[in-house]
Amino acid sequence: MKVKAKVKNDKVKVKLLVKHPMDTGLQKDKNGGDLIPAKYIQELTCVYNNKTVFLGAFGRAVSKDPYLAFSFSGGKKGDTLSLKWIDNMGDTEEVEAVIK
Amino acid sequence: MLENRRKLLKGIVEVTAVLGAALMMPKLAFAKWSKAFDAETTNDAMTGMFNNTDTIASDKVYLKVPEIAENGAVVPVNVKTDIENVKSISIVGFKNPQPLACSFTIPEGTDSDVSIRIRLFETMDVQAIVETHDGKLYSVQKEVKVTIGGCGG
Repeated sequence: MKVKAKVKNDKVKVKLLVKHPMDTGLQKDKNGGDLIPAKYIQELTCVYNNKTVFLGAFGRAVSKDPYLAFSFSGGKKGDTLSLKWIDNMGDTEEVEAVIK
Repeated sequence: MLENRRKLLKGIVEVTAVLGAALMMPKLAFAKWSKAFDAETTNDAMTGMFNNTDTIASDKVYLKVPEIAENGAVVPVNVKTDIENVKSISIVGFKNPQPLACSFTIPEGTDSDVSIRIRLFETMDVQAIVETHDGKLYSVQKEVKVTIGGCGG
C-alpha cells in the first residue's frame, strides 16, 4: 500500500494505492478453464489519533489495485496515520504513513 | 472432589482456547461489510445497506464520472456533497452483477468527498447515494458509456 498524506489548508488529504488483485470470482484463469476464486478487499480503515477517520466497505466492483482519496480535518504534519485493509479471505495489510 | 476440580480446570482451559482462537482471527474493524454487497438487485442492495429504498434526487450531490469509459475495469469516480450531517456515501452501478460497488462511512471531521475507481461491466447509470444521520438518502446518477466491459483483464 502506497500512501500520501499531506496537510493543506487545515486538512489532511490522503491518497492511497493498494496492490491487490481484486478478483471478482467471475473471471476464468489463463487456460480458460476454472474460475479464479473471488479475492477482494472488503474493508479499508484509516485511523488517526485513535479515531477512525475513514472507513470504506468494498464489493466486488472496486477495481484491481484500488485507488482511494479522501480528506479529514485536525491532522498535524509529522503525525502518523494508520491504514489497514482486510479481504474476503482474511488477508490483511497494515501500513503507517507520516503526514507531510 | 479432585475429579471435579480437574473437570472444571479442563473446562476453563477449553473455553479460554476457543476465545483465544476467536480473538486471533483478523476481524473486520466495525463489521461494516454487509451482505448488501452480494445483493443482485439495486433494491435488495439498498434494503441491505440502508433499510430504505427511497432516494431523493438532489442537486447537492456531485458525481464526477467519465462520459465514456474506455476501460470498464477501471472507471474513476468522485462523489462530493454540500449536504450536512452525512453518515455515508455509496456508489451503485445499476447493471453490475452486484449493483452496490462500495460504501464509505464519513465520520465527523472527514470531508464528504471521496474518489475511487470501480468496474462497470457495460454501459450503465452510476448512482451516488449520500446517507444522512436522519436516515434520508440523497442521490444523483449519470450514465457512463463503456466500450470495453469491466469483466475482462
